Amino acid sequence: MRATTVDLALDTRGGAAGRRTLAWTGGGLSAAAALAGGFLAPADAAQGPAQRLMYLHVPAAWVAYLAFGVVLAASVAYLIGADPRWDHFARAGAEIGVVLTALAIGTGSYWGHLVWGTWWAWDPRLVSTALLLLTYTGYLALRRMLTEHTGGHDGDRAVARPAAVLGVAGFLLVPVVHFSVLWWRSLHQQATMLAPERPPIDPRMGLALLLAVAAASVVALCVLLHRVVRLERRRSVPAAAPADPARRAPARVG
Amino acid sequence: MIRRPGRIALIGVLLAGGGLLVTSALQDTLTYYRTPGEVLADPEVARERVRLGGDVVPGSLRREGDLVVFNLAEAGHEIMVYQRGVPPETFREGESAVVEGHLSTDGVFRADHVEVRHGNEYRPAEAESSDAR
Repeated sequence: MRATTVDLALDTRGGAAGRRTLAWTGGGLSAAAALAGGFLAPADAAQGPAQRLMYLHVPAAWVAYLAFGVVLAASVAYLIGADPRWDHFARAGAEIGVVLTALAIGTGSYWGHLVWGTWWAWDPRLVSTALLLLTYTGYLALRRMLTEHTGGHDGDRAVARPAAVLGVAGFLLVPVVHFSVLWWRSLHQQATMLAPERPPIDPRMGLALLLAVAAASVVALCVLLHRVVRLERRRSVPAAAPADPARRAPARVG
Repeated sequence: MIRRPGRIALIGVLLAGGGLLVTSALQDTLTYYRTPGEVLADPEVARERVRLGGDVVPGSLRREGDLVVFNLAEAGHEIMVYQRGVPPETFREGESAVVEGHLSTDGVFRADHVEVRHGNEYRPAEAESSDAR
């Protein structure tokens, strides 16, 4: 029996098997992307080997957008249906997005040091990305704060509803970040793959980039599903044994 | 449990951080650099420290002691730049660059910081890469 997308987030034998398959796929794609980005693709004429940072920087940024898209969709779904499952998706998406945005800023900073000659610039793309990181870090901080304040659990309605509102509002920044290089004069170059008329990119570089994006997407999906399952378990365990909800055996990774 | 004063402080810090980013962003960022045309049309703007961006004119790059001299051009307007200090390795003629400094009364832009802009085109290094455009 094949696992559908819905089963993948379930804490069942079939779901765990599906997630394992997905993890192997992600691992394989990552290996392929590392080979393509490290060896198959040539170094850039103008930038030299520093341009290879693109295969980390661009996937991190794109998949961060995707993760914040998950936060948006799951937050809307939660506000409509109040199903705690969607709240778990939103939280996991925000966690992944924050890590990837930080990674994009870190790799971008190093790339900027090597090619632009500066670690940081007060440029629209860089500043809006920093704001994006701040917003979703604030989203996670808000969840934590409300949980501690109400003395309840993270998935409670008193936590999840305000978080969902912020999760929807925060996504407004994503198009600002993406189009900042078009709307304002920027040190950061404009999009290549996502441009309406694609500027020239060596096909081997394009392949390495697409492989890296695919690998990052699949790995991020894996992490998202594992995290959702774990949050689900955490929510169901205290209900079964309410005596000591803080100390639990570590959840088994399926 | 974060108590009320702590919570207000946390929100305050977050808002202050965001506000700081936004204001510093709005001051310089929305026009991260000025073009030679804009600076020539209103030289007073560039008497204080500004950023100037344009393409490094091929053939204009030379060294004079510890100065690096080149012209930045965009849309037919050109300004000569005296840069004090070594530009990044990726700096070369024909590429776009942003310099930071001010316009002297003699019409020369005196800069002490260079950032290299690079395009969104990626191609392998050719055998005759000395004439890379």
